Amino acid sequence: MAKKGDIVIDIEKCKGCEVCLAACPNDVLAIGSEVNRKGYRYAVKVNSDCIGCANCAVVCPDAVITVYREKK
Amino acid sequence: MSENLITPENLVYKKTKSMTDRILHYCPGCGHGTAHRMLAEAIDELGIQGETIGVAPVGCSVLAYYYFDVDMQEAAHGRAPAVATGIKRVFPEKYVFTYQGDGDLAAIGTAETIHACNRGENILVVFINNGIYGMTGGQMAPTTLEGMKSSTSPRGRDVKTMGSPLKITEMIAQLPGTYFVTRQAVHTPANVRKTKRALKKALEYQKLNKGTCFVEIVANCPSGWKMTPVQSNKWMEENMFPFYPLGDIKVPEK
Repeated sequence: MAKKGDIVIDIEKCKGCEVCLAACPNDVLAIGSEVNRKGYRYAVKVNSDCIGCANCAVVCPDAVITVYREKK
Repeated sequence: MSENLITPENLVYKKTKSMTDRILHYCPGCGHGTAHRMLAEAIDELGIQGETIGVAPVGCSVLAYYYFDVDMQEAAHGRAPAVATGIKRVFPEKYVFTYQGDGDLAAIGTAETIHACNRGENILVVFINNGIYGMTGGQMAPTTLEGMKSSTSPRGRDVKTMGSPLKITEMIAQLPGTYFVTRQAVHTPANVRKTKRALKKALEYQKLNKGTCFVEIVANCPSGWKMTPVQSNKWMEENMFPFYPLGDIKVPEK
């Protein structure tokens, strides 16, 4: 089984560009309905299927995502 | 299972230290941010943050000096390779890079670009090609594709009157002064990782004093192209890559 991962999104930096959504293999991310202080609807985690592959963080133009993966 | 994975020992990816904490001014989905971060990561992986000097251009990335936590110098429009030449000659032991867009490097700065590369200055030139003048409102650039609409070519670029798109990277590769010339992109995780490897290699080559390293990054301009970021990445794959194919153009002889 794939390792479990988790992400932390810096919502104030997110511009809701959706590039991370396209990069995620497990559809963990979606654009939420809330807006941040800049007025952007930011990315949110919608399920717990994250495997910590860091694809979302690598393509994020604004370095918004920090990725964690369990060690085993 | 509800164990907390968010602990320092589980960390696999975070913003690298050569990027400052400032919020980037770029439009949502712009490739500049990713390109900045890959260059910063390459610098950090080589451990040369304190020995790197960057030269910022004019254009969308004019504020690049706010985002790189290394010594930076702003240059007049298009003159970044000339400024970098001076810096590198005064500090030959430092790693010097320029970061330029297509309007800066391939239009107003064509002379400086070609001559710096022809002299084989030991600098890294990072060239972001999005085929448009993004900052000033999406005007046609030398790199705008044939038939591509921009605010100054509203019916599409007509090569009869406006000339053909300029493949400056291929031109540069012909010069004996260049050592490593490559074209990359930053729209998918695989491409982003490849771009970082190319930038890292280019910085490593600088130590050899063998000539100019030139890394083109084909990027999107969602605002200028009037698309969503995801659409613009797809459009880039379908339209930019056939004309600007990715890959190494000139690699050092073994």
